[in-house]
Amino acid sequence: MSDTHEGSTQRSALEIVRDDQVTRGKFLKLVGGAGAVSALGILLAACGDDDSTSTTSTSDTKMKDKKTTSTMAEASSDLAIVNYALTLEYIEADFYAAVIESGLFKGAELETIKIIGQHEAEHVTALEGTASKLGKAAAKPKTTFPLESRESVLKLAATVENVGAAAYLGQAGAIVDPEILAAALAIHTVEARHAAALNTLTGQKFSPDGAFAKPMTMEEVLPLVKPFLVA
Amino acid sequence: MNQQTDNTAVAELAGIEIKGMTRQDFLVRGMFATGAVYGATMIGPFVRSAFAAEEMDDIGILNFALTLEYLEAEFYKRGIANAKLSGEALGVAKEIGANEAEHVQALIGTIKQLGGTPVKAPTVVFPFKDQASFLKLAQVLEDTGVSAYNGAAPAIKSKEVLGAAGSIVQIEARHAARIRLLNGEPPAPVSFDASMTTDEVLMAVKPFVKA
Repeated sequence: MSDTHEGSTQRSALEIVRDDQVTRGKFLKLVGGAGAVSALGILLAACGDDDSTSTTSTSDTKMKDKKTTSTMAEASSDLAIVNYALTLEYIEADFYAAVIESGLFKGAELETIKIIGQHEAEHVTALEGTASKLGKAAAKPKTTFPLESRESVLKLAATVENVGAAAYLGQAGAIVDPEILAAALAIHTVEARHAAALNTLTGQKFSPDGAFAKPMTMEEVLPLVKPFLVA
Repeated sequence: MNQQTDNTAVAELAGIEIKGMTRQDFLVRGMFATGAVYGATMIGPFVRSAFAAEEMDDIGILNFALTLEYLEAEFYKRGIANAKLSGEALGVAKEIGANEAEHVQALIGTIKQLGGTPVKAPTVVFPFKDQASFLKLAQVLEDTGVSAYNGAAPAIKSKEVLGAAGSIVQIEARHAARIRLLNGEPPAPVSFDASMTTDEVLMAVKPFVKA
């Protein structure tokens, strides 16, 4: 285990995976499917949180702290999910800020976009706070978006919101802390409202999945948002 | 008959008692028990009643959801028949009504699969007289449905049942947004959807349930 925690400018491999969105995606692909989140969580727990001065974990420590480790693992797996959600919200908030600045929209449509953007900004703030309390908030990524026309932007916004809703739905079953779950659900339905509204604005079905929304896994979501991340 | 359909009315219910504890005590105990230590209280102000359905088992929660879905399905059926809906509103009502009917079937199936007994459809009455009043009530019912599912979901024990509830509530949220657009209302009025306790929900729909 790396001992480059405090006071070091070099990040450990694990910190890079934990903090770097693109690398996390590759990491998740490596560890594979359903076990990905908990695997990451367990590794994070083994490493300890950022404030820990203990940088090595001997087998003795692991045995003694078995109960703590499983609680830490749960908190860490929740942290991974919160940071995943936070990353998606960073992307959404940046998107709407860029759209507003583009000057492509006016009047009522601009007001709708401003309101949605305001919601995403509030989601960012709340998730940043939760992530910080659990451990460390994911770094804000640099983003880029294609902003060609009113139509293409509205369609992109609809896509982003539909994916966002599916992403939250995909994580609901993995969240351990009921308060964090409650918050995720409160955001999930707001993203769904955004999606339905934007679908309607762009002449699409308000519910493309019909009566039952389909969840998306991290592995399905990350490649879809990767184009908006500047490496 | 007091026709309290406005969600703001449920703020008055803050003083109701749950098993001898006031609701405030109930919430505080819940928070200490399940992890305010994780600091999720950052989002606390936006989230209410995460522990609403704690006393109900999964089958109880599903039957609670089924009652609401029965109510909504019947509401849209009657609206399509009697509210003189036209144009966009008629198309939306038909689509939503079809979704709610599927939700009813799915919940009945899940409850039976879990070895439970699905509740019967309640006898209901709705005070709409035309398209405008129908759509106003639709908005309240859909918003209430979202808050009901969000309030109950954290107490669900099975991950599969939670997934099903999540899959349904997302559609209710889409319904709510679509109806709000028809009403010229903001599709997403707040950044975090409020949740309601089962008691609050039952109070909210009480005017529509005869038996």
